[in-house]
Amino acid sequence: MTQILMPALSPTMEEGKLAKWNVKEGDTVKPGDVLAEIETDKATMEFEAVDAGRVAKILVPEGSEGVKVNTPIAELRQEGEESDAPPARVPATETKSIKQGAGPRPVEMHKPVPVRTPEKAVDRAAALPEEIPSGAEFVTMTVRDALRDALAEEMRRDDTVFLMGEEVAQYQGAYKVSQGLLEEFGDRRVIDTPITEQGFAGLGVGAAFGGLRPIIEFMTFNFAMQAIDQLVNSAAKTLYMSGGQMGCPIVFRGPNGPAARVAAQHSQDYSSWYAHVPGLKVVSPYFAADAKGLLKAAVRDPNPVIFLENEIVYGRSFPVPKLDDFVLPIGKARVIREGSGVTLVAHSISVGLIMDAAEELAKEGIEAELIDLRTLRPLDAETVIRSVKKTNRVVTVEQGWPVCSIGSEIAALVADEAFDYLDAPPSRVTGKDVPMPYAANLEKLALPSIADVVSAAKRVCYR
Amino acid sequence: MARAEATAAANPEAEFPASGRAVDSATAERQKKFYHDMLLIRRFEEKAGQLYGMGLIGGFCHLYIGQEAVVVGMQATLEPKDQVITTYRDHGHMLAAGMDPSGVMAELTGRSSGYSKGKGGSMHMFSREKNFFGGHGIVGANVPIGTGLAFANRYLRNGAVCITYFGDGAANQGQVFESFNMAALWKLPVVYVIENNQYAMGTAIRRSTAEVELFKRGSADDIPGEPVDGMDVEKVYEAGRKAVQWTREGKGPYVLEMKTYRYRGHSMSDPAKYRTREEVQQMREKHDPIDTFGARLVRNGVMRDDELKAVDREIRQTINHAAEFATDSPEPSPDELYTDVLK
Ligand SMILES: Cc1ncc(C[n+]2csc(CCOP(=O)(O)OP(=O)(O)O)c2C)c(N)n1
Ligand SMILES: [Mg+2]
Repeated sequence: MTQILMPALSPTMEEGKLAKWNVKEGDTVKPGDVLAEIETDKATMEFEAVDAGRVAKILVPEGSEGVKVNTPIAELRQEGEESDAPPARVPATETKSIKQGAGPRPVEMHKPVPVRTPEKAVDRAAALPEEIPSGAEFVTMTVRDALRDALAEEMRRDDTVFLMGEEVAQYQGAYKVSQGLLEEFGDRRVIDTPITEQGFAGLGVGAAFGGLRPIIEFMTFNFAMQAIDQLVNSAAKTLYMSGGQMGCPIVFRGPNGPAARVAAQHSQDYSSWYAHVPGLKVVSPYFAADAKGLLKAAVRDPNPVIFLENEIVYGRSFPVPKLDDFVLPIGKARVIREGSGVTLVAHSISVGLIMDAAEELAKEGIEAELIDLRTLRPLDAETVIRSVKKTNRVVTVEQGWPVCSIGSEIAALVADEAFDYLDAPPSRVTGKDVPMPYAANLEKLALPSIADVVSAAKRVCYR
Repeated sequence: MARAEATAAANPEAEFPASGRAVDSATAERQKKFYHDMLLIRRFEEKAGQLYGMGLIGGFCHLYIGQEAVVVGMQATLEPKDQVITTYRDHGHMLAAGMDPSGVMAELTGRSSGYSKGKGGSMHMFSREKNFFGGHGIVGANVPIGTGLAFANRYLRNGAVCITYFGDGAANQGQVFESFNMAALWKLPVVYVIENNQYAMGTAIRRSTAEVELFKRGSADDIPGEPVDGMDVEKVYEAGRKAVQWTREGKGPYVLEMKTYRYRGHSMSDPAKYRTREEVQQMREKHDPIDTFGARLVRNGVMRDDELKAVDREIRQTINHAAEFATDSPEPSPDELYTDVLK
């Protein structure tokens, strides 16, 4: 008898809904037959039989929500099991072979960063930009949906705005950010491309020169390296080279930074790469409201904007104001928690990390002030300096590599403008200075952790 | 060999009788190995899919199920000194190259006994010993690298050939065209094998590609190309032999477009809304490279039905062993985080 386990259907899946059983007890199945439909936050997927056999028992009824990966959901009796199958024949699907103790425990190690819920008062306040008028109503939504709404609203507002990239139209986006846009705007304005990043990035620049407002999606920013010449040499420099005649109103957007277990070539944080380039604006929000307000601003900006999202953050939910046209200014950081003990500075997914670290630090009597940079270029030096002058200590946190990082820039800035206020040298918490390893344990070590942030904060507090 | 000849000879039925007639013993041995190697890849990939479902393999995991005939047929045309380079859909290529299934599986689970010590994962594996040069995650990027291996071969006059595999989607990347020009210009010993499985993620080839006859892709640079039934291992072998011979003789690059099909999703998280279940089922039932070839072997008296079953049993044991090895091996030591960054 083989147990069929709730499968992990994506790198970040922890649990899912067993939406439908396509077989019933007693049915015989062969490899490739659809056993069930399973819903994750990203999609509904069909789950196929790998082995032939007869469905002996269904253990989890259809419609069950929150079924954890690896829960037995059915039992399969394999044909000819007794004759040509010694017990070891299908060990991987038998629960007994989920090795515990000897090796690492696979389910836990597979666990993505826990999803933050905005229930806690501090989180709710943190998640809302001060630019929101008082009395506004809110809805809770994922960052993914907030980005989607921003795209849709800007496309409704301005016919010259179009979205182009790999799998953005028919597939609804590789990470489902462009869900429903093809349906609403048609294939004139939501355009699937071949896998030719340099080509369509350059085409976008030309279209911007020609009077359109392109939004170019990179499936992930790892693939923008194929196109970086067009982003830097064409998009960023042409206004300057033309003595101010040209200009390139374009948004290059997509997920940036490591996801989960996708290894070195798919796990890089490009924040400091783009922040280095004059002629670009670089935005990298964390909260849903910021994602929405800043993406709308990016589309309207007359300059090329690099908009760095994060795959893991897509699924996190935060409050977003119900306003007809909610646009935030590019170039402003935000203090999301006030404190006097130490300033922690981060952007994108690392904002979640400093929020968790602040809770730990509070238990030890250190009240951290937290800054979400939101924009990396132009960097809001004023907000950072003001905070450091108050706390006299600063720790920067990011997933990128340490050398020439966003943290390096902030450390230099603070040394320049607030040297006399510092009670300790600025400290940088970053991804480790190595390509991202695949192994679960090494990947964890390569990324900044709450413990790293807490210990850096204590160090600058001499605790 | 003239180009016209190369195309005409793509019909192997002359050499491999469809039924009834006896084959010589060398051919029979080769055919048995074809069957074994294709089935090994199939069972390995099924197991990898199961381990992924259990959370023992993470990240991306691109299965080769359906395409086995391509890599098995091509590999049989090579000498040990020849090189192979491919994309992230690479498990089959590694097994065909003779890499150890346990070492490959242990890399998938991210353990220290994997080919990259657990640091590369499914998409990034290599074996100097077997002349397998990866395992590359960036679509199109392995094509100039394969061209560079061929450049080194010509430079060193070592007589080796590099087989450079890539997908139908990758065929549109600019660096593919750049590579073709250089390879033709310098008559490099490289065979470009385009594995046209009809889809790039969720994009059917017709939606991304103006000229879908990908074997013509080298024609602007005067590179010979031909379409091949990639679901038939003998046809692959026959076409591959000619292409390899052509390029080994110093005549320059060659393009083979393998018409093939992947049964599974692009990676593991694929909602599969871009094609019908019937289309997949149809390919599986009518064109499966392993089932059709197994039936042919029985028809031709090369193997009996029970012999095919015995091969399957032996392979299942190998694969079960690989899975156990891959789940029992320890994770890499934390010190490994900082090793291998520089020599
Ligand atoms: C430069 C780059 N762009 C996009 C991707 C994401 N991606 C990975 S595989 C893939 C589809 C490739 O299809 P194809 O070349 O046909 O190969 P197949 O997967 O069918 O074997 C895409 C778009 C990538 N890895 N690299
Ligand atoms: Mg393909």
